[in-house]
Amino acid sequence: MSSATGHHAQQRAWHSQRVRQKLGRAVAYTLAVIVAIGFLLPLFWMISSSLKPDYQVLEFPPRWLPDPVRWANYPEALTYVPFARYGLNTLFIAVMTIIGHILSCTVVAYAFARLRAPGKNVLFVILLATMMLPYPVTMVPIYVGFNKLGWVNSFKPLIVPAFFGSPFFIFLLRQFFLTLPPELEDAARVDGANILQILWHVILPISKPALATVAIFSFQASWNDFLAPLIYLHDQSKYTISLGLNFFRSSYDVRWGYLMAASLVTMLPVILVFFLAQKQFIRGITLTGMKG
Amino acid sequence: MAVTFRRRTLRRTGSLARREALTFYLLISPWLLGLLLFVLGPMVASLVISFTKWDLLSPARFVGLDNYEKMFTRDPLFWQSLKVTAIYTLVYVPVELAGGLVLALLMNQKLRGIGLFRTIYYLPSVLPGVAFVVLWMWILHPDVGLINTLLSYVGIEGPRWLADPDWALPALLMMSLWGLGRAMIIYLASLQGIPQHLYEAASIDGANRWQSFWKITLPMLTPTIFFNLVLSVISTFQTFTSAFVATNGGPLDSTLFYVLYIFRQGFEYFNMGYASALAWVLFLIILALTLVIVRSADRWVYYEGEAR
Repeated sequence: MSSATGHHAQQRAWHSQRVRQKLGRAVAYTLAVIVAIGFLLPLFWMISSSLKPDYQVLEFPPRWLPDPVRWANYPEALTYVPFARYGLNTLFIAVMTIIGHILSCTVVAYAFARLRAPGKNVLFVILLATMMLPYPVTMVPIYVGFNKLGWVNSFKPLIVPAFFGSPFFIFLLRQFFLTLPPELEDAARVDGANILQILWHVILPISKPALATVAIFSFQASWNDFLAPLIYLHDQSKYTISLGLNFFRSSYDVRWGYLMAASLVTMLPVILVFFLAQKQFIRGITLTGMKG
Repeated sequence: MAVTFRRRTLRRTGSLARREALTFYLLISPWLLGLLLFVLGPMVASLVISFTKWDLLSPARFVGLDNYEKMFTRDPLFWQSLKVTAIYTLVYVPVELAGGLVLALLMNQKLRGIGLFRTIYYLPSVLPGVAFVVLWMWILHPDVGLINTLLSYVGIEGPRWLADPDWALPALLMMSLWGLGRAMIIYLASLQGIPQHLYEAASIDGANRWQSFWKITLPMLTPTIFFNLVLSVISTFQTFTSAFVATNGGPLDSTLFYVLYIFRQGFEYFNMGYASALAWVLFLIILALTLVIVRSADRWVYYEGEAR
């Protein structure tokens, strides 16, 4: 008898726990949806505005959906200023920068991951410290230097530094190389391969995921950069996409429909890369985020 | 015989070690050169330039500590830019630390479609700064913007945001919230690294979820909170794009961020000496803040395997 009520009570407790769990999940879900709407609303507003005819853009109260949908805003906005030119300029800078980063950072990172040398630990601490050094601190003297070389108003100041490595990518790749079993390289070494051959033939082929992460972060940084192009690029024909968009804003800031179309197009490559390579994004963060 | 043999292997490993070290320095030479050309060299050059008056056209003139004296005693804009940046940092850093954590906790639930939610939350923080800001200028439009439209639904007449000296900085703060996903994703990565058995052990001991959060989750997250704190402080002190694009420091210098002020002095007025002095002070401020945070870490950051 007493054991039966005990069983009953236990079942009831279990039942109420289930109910509470379900309730908690419902609350979490509702919260997640509300926050998601908040995060999506600006994007929705941008898309909606980018498709409105001019007279609807400044209408009050604003309508949520364009009527009629005016696709022509896109071609018109993108030819108002030479956006294709800006896009190609940015793409060129981004690709050159990726090449520079991959070439320099793999070699440096591999040395930090595998070789022993006096002073290595001190240098590694310096590397980590420079990761934290903000660009504005050194931008004035670096500008002075590039100005002396006559490189201002060219892409070189935006590309060449990549060939000297980036502390963040070196760190990221080093963390990755440390996870690889050293036995792979031992076999190649016995076969008489030198260190660059080992890096090229053994390490790099199995490091594609990490290299992809570097390439993606590097692309994103070049595509999104604003301050450095603003300092170095003065000719409109040399503008990057961000400079072009800002130029567009300051010249035609009444035409919000066009501006929203141009902004969306500027965001598109990053959004695309983001969706195609979300795993790499997350890997980059988990590799560098914590386990230092 | 044995002795000479051992000595020879010793010498041999010695020369091997030397070769390995040589290879190491050879391989890292691009970075070492870069360190010299783009970090150490410029830092020294910047210090030297900060003692001069120089517009890049006429030769630099040595003026001693003039720039620094002007900065601290005769330049209200320096203090204004410092104030704007400090207020922004003091408000945004805690909001980002706490808000990012709340989002991460929410996104660590086992919900259907969680991947989609994470993507939605994280996406804005990877978007190009200028496009991000231009979009928000439209959202903050005083007459037909999204925010003021929503406010009008509940009968509130919204402020003129970016055009109002009292509301411009809060508007930029609100704008930054859209990038909260960056902090979230870093928290999320480390939340998922917390061993499940800790929670199981706690629940056997009768701990409820609230207690588990304070006794397990939060302590285990302190290294990440520390990391986010340092990152957040350094990045808020670098705020530039939003201020340059959305308000250009105005109205009435209410959004004159520190880096925007360096930019103006250096690349609009071509006061290279003064801009360098400003940059050095920025460096010292960030260094000091980072050191304070690192020092404080002993008291509140928990590292696994550490006896407590």
